[in-house]
Amino acid sequence: MRSDPRDYELVAPGSLQAAVALLARSPGEWIPIAGGTDIMVQYAAGKFQSRKLVSIWNLPELRSIEVLAHEIHVGAGCTYTDIREHEVLGREFPMLARAARWTGGIANQNRGTIGGNIVNASPAADSLPALLAYDAELILISVRGERRMSYAGFHTDYKKTKLAPDELIQAVCLPRQFSGYVCHARKVGGRNAQAISKVCIAALARVAGRAVEDVRIALGSVAPIPLRLSATEQVVRGKAIDESLVLLARKTAVAEIQPIDDIRSTARYRAAVAGNLVAEFLNLLNADRKKT
Amino acid sequence: MISSLEDRGKCEISLTVNGARKVVLAFPMERLLDVLRQQLGLTGAKEGCGEGECGSCSVLMDGTLVNSCLIPVLQAEGAAIVTIEGLAEGAQLQTLQEAFLECGGAQCGICTPGMILAAFHLLNKNPGPTLEEIKEGLSGNLCRCTGYLQIFEAVARAAQRETTTSS
Repeated sequence: MRSDPRDYELVAPGSLQAAVALLARSPGEWIPIAGGTDIMVQYAAGKFQSRKLVSIWNLPELRSIEVLAHEIHVGAGCTYTDIREHEVLGREFPMLARAARWTGGIANQNRGTIGGNIVNASPAADSLPALLAYDAELILISVRGERRMSYAGFHTDYKKTKLAPDELIQAVCLPRQFSGYVCHARKVGGRNAQAISKVCIAALARVAGRAVEDVRIALGSVAPIPLRLSATEQVVRGKAIDESLVLLARKTAVAEIQPIDDIRSTARYRAAVAGNLVAEFLNLLNADRKKT
Repeated sequence: MISSLEDRGKCEISLTVNGARKVVLAFPMERLLDVLRQQLGLTGAKEGCGEGECGSCSVLMDGTLVNSCLIPVLQAEGAAIVTIEGLAEGAQLQTLQEAFLECGGAQCGICTPGMILAAFHLLNKNPGPTLEEIKEGLSGNLCRCTGYLQIFEAVARAAQRETTTSS
């Protein structure tokens, strides 16, 4: 059953300060809505439970990308289009820019926001593995003030986060420290556009001599939350890549994910593809090392 | 009065639609698509899936392509909306429309308004798109008749004409 608009309240306070003040008045009562690319879908299907929404779409305080000396602060209200068209992000954080291009069609990229993607907390979200690999941090804001936390610990379980009911994500902070890294991002889905991933990967590594000095591997759609493959990273770190290491990394990756069967894929397929993506990354890394 | 009871919870929303200032009285969570179609009589934008997958409700909001089925009308306050009905003046649209006609880019017509707006948005941003860029620009608009090739051809032809006339 479609929702009846008469049953819903929506207000647009027009500033970040006014929005957090409203959230603080009775925490949990008002739900923020930005570009609506998830909430309006649930709403249309009659599945959106909360009856009170506060619009944070296009708040200027959330819509800027600040390039600082050591970090880039991406406002939580920045759209995928804002991200994919930003020159410095494209150069220094190509996996994030690419994930923004993969997400939905152009119309949804014009409305969907990075903050919404994080808070919506889908394990299949394309931009989240990139944030994990890039060691992103979040600035959260409420009337109580700002706090900063690592994005890596933000998701606690399926669709659960550490965001308090009176808080908003203000910005995503990306450390500008990946210039010597090789990256690999890939989405495996039913079709290129408009398809939600069956599995996606964002991986980064720095190679010194023959050895992998630093490595970060993150996968989407293989666990209740976007997952950083710490055990696999540990297996690879400090080692030279050869066939036996690739095999071991593949096995370790498959052992540390918890894929499920759902409408898009099966656990078995996801495990096989996750292993393939990790192996593909290491082989590319090796090929890249030999080239230079 | 019955009308005032029915209107309880509605708000006045001002927006520009196809160049004309409009003030509508609507519930803030009403979808822009429904306000355009039901209150303003602009039935060019269609409801296909109602969940942002098919693009048949595409309109331009402040110059960017959006799915009007995913926009609570309150978020369109102060915005400039262009629907297919409002595109017919500019020279660029004439070219795009003609190209759609010539190439067989429109068949049943359900996707056509959204498809043309998506193509218009693409050519505004990128006047000389490659085939891959055309496919990407239209990837959020589904067509079940043409098989897409005629649509891609139409967009390429319109782009080519525009660049030849403007140079």
